[in-house]
Amino acid sequence: MVLMDVLSVRNVYSDAEKAKDKKAALGVDIELENFTDEPINALDLIDDLDDLSKETKESFLKVGVDAKEENRAGSFLQVDQTNIFTNNSISDSIELMNIGVALDKYSWLEDYVWNIVKPDTDKYTAKAALREEKDGINSGYFVRSLPGTKEVFPVQACMFISDESVLQTAHNIIIAEENSELHLITGCATGDDISSAMHVGVSEIYLKPGSKITFTMVHNWAEQVEVRPRTSIHIGDNATYINNYILASPVRSLQSYPTAYCNGKNSRAIFQSIQGGVKDSIIDMGSRVILNGEGARGEVISRAVAQDESQIYARGHLAGNVPTVKGHLECHGLVLSDDSFIYAVPELEASSANLEMSHEAAVGKISEDEINYLTSRGIAEEDAESMIVRGFLNMDITGLPDELAQHTQNMIDMTLDGM
Amino acid sequence: MLLEIENLAVEVSGKRVLKDINLSIAEGETHVLLGPNGAGKSTLFLTILGFPNYNVVNGTIKFKGQDIAELSTAERVKLGIGVSFQTPPAIRGVSVGDLLKIISNQDVNDELSPRMQDLAKQLKFSDEFLDRDVNLGFSGGEVKRSEILQLLAQMPDFTMFDEPDSGVDIENVELLASEIGTLLDKDKPQGARKRSGLLITHLGYILNFVSADKAHVLIDGVISCSGNPTEILEDIRKNGFNGCVECAQCLQ
Repeated sequence: MVLMDVLSVRNVYSDAEKAKDKKAALGVDIELENFTDEPINALDLIDDLDDLSKETKESFLKVGVDAKEENRAGSFLQVDQTNIFTNNSISDSIELMNIGVALDKYSWLEDYVWNIVKPDTDKYTAKAALREEKDGINSGYFVRSLPGTKEVFPVQACMFISDESVLQTAHNIIIAEENSELHLITGCATGDDISSAMHVGVSEIYLKPGSKITFTMVHNWAEQVEVRPRTSIHIGDNATYINNYILASPVRSLQSYPTAYCNGKNSRAIFQSIQGGVKDSIIDMGSRVILNGEGARGEVISRAVAQDESQIYARGHLAGNVPTVKGHLECHGLVLSDDSFIYAVPELEASSANLEMSHEAAVGKISEDEINYLTSRGIAEEDAESMIVRGFLNMDITGLPDELAQHTQNMIDMTLDGM
Repeated sequence: MLLEIENLAVEVSGKRVLKDINLSIAEGETHVLLGPNGAGKSTLFLTILGFPNYNVVNGTIKFKGQDIAELSTAERVKLGIGVSFQTPPAIRGVSVGDLLKIISNQDVNDELSPRMQDLAKQLKFSDEFLDRDVNLGFSGGEVKRSEILQLLAQMPDFTMFDEPDSGVDIENVELLASEIGTLLDKDKPQGARKRSGLLITHLGYILNFVSADKAHVLIDGVISCSGNPTEILEDIRKNGFNGCVECAQCLQ
């Protein structure tokens, strides 16, 4: 970890200020002025997740957040800009709190903030940074697994947008200390009646030597919501990061390109994502692994299905910078309608001898042979098609504890039911 | 007649593959379809199944007395037609076990029925195998056994087998033949058999284990001769398919 000097605060501010109009490298450009900033304490806090309305609880459940907190190691809920609920009393292995609280508690945390995600990346990171620096808006969560601990149950975190035209920002810091194991389910959703809103989530994830994090994210946005997550992951020696991402509900536009830095010896990063494009969603989703550590391994697997008038850009990027690293990229897409499209961009970059990197990409329509095979077993054509699509999207979720794997599979099934 | 094909002509991508096929198969009968590569044997199967792109330009196909021209593949299968493919496609994310449940009208959330579990064991499939994606990375022998297992889940009245023994070792041919026998009511006395079948075979090896009532030789889109399977096979082994062409010519 590089220690920043005392000027870091000023740097963040000035860097962000300079980048506040900087367009992102990818994705539709969003006018931030069309959205409103909410104060950090606009909403009342709640004592129990069960106090939420039935509809809200149901939309939480869809993104994997269980109001009963069964088999959970903790819960965090941010609605618009307010952290209305935190339960950190379930597990002794895990610390969970609002990022503002954590920054007050731990002076060392400064070193982890705006470290692997830069405030001047684009106008969205700049916006989040300026709200922190100028307005003192510290929203988002801090999760930390203590050294040597292995909590099998996941921490659940939910980002919810409840009000019209809100620009929600969050800055999350996740740290797995040495030889610890941490599982997270994060769900993002909006209220049913929201016709326009925006979410900017900055996440900086740190894995210390020998640790493991699984990060499962389910998105369930509304048709007119703009989403710009900005995520980086630092992976130390012998540490493993597994990222599962599921999106199958409409969204106005989403652009994200999380980057894992496999800096440690034998560090490992696995990204698995399922993207279902419906209606006129524009989804630009990639995963990037930078292999800097000896023996590091990266895997990027994505499945995209485009329906209706949706557009999906499925990106993947592996960069091998030292000998002995290995990487594999797999990007498969199905285009189900004439008005939808998929643009698959797999990139491999090798800047050292003696490394192994490969990719496979295939984009097309549903295979007629497969449909015919199933109809010849008595399955109606329409059912055969949906079986093939579901099968196509059905990935083995690796690395999760049994129960969480089952739960994730159920979430995927539930998400796909809506398609 | 269970299956009755009259004056059938079929085009695939504008090319006439089947020219004038006449074939009748009665209840309880097993027929064999022989012929050189490219003669149209698989085309006949896929036409009976009603696959898209197989355009019937003349003639009729009747199954159980009903003209099936307007029926979809799934509807024909529901009527009692089944098929085992020579090289079926892999389907990612669909497990053998789930497909078996769907074919045997079981709820996919229930456990596989004891009958299907027993059959899977008989065909040397482990529980682990049932979790695998259909045909994905299967060996030649596994493909054939999985096709037969699916048919046992379906128990069609009329089953078409496309090269069920190609690429299968001797030991497994006998195993497959015994299950094919089940699908063709071979365990019953001849007069009591109800299920029928049509078998495509190149070498006729499977016929050492599955008895057939009649053989047909398909050459260039036409059935050039029909008759006793043993005699016809012997003739082909001696004279090749040319003998059948000559035989057809002398019939005219």
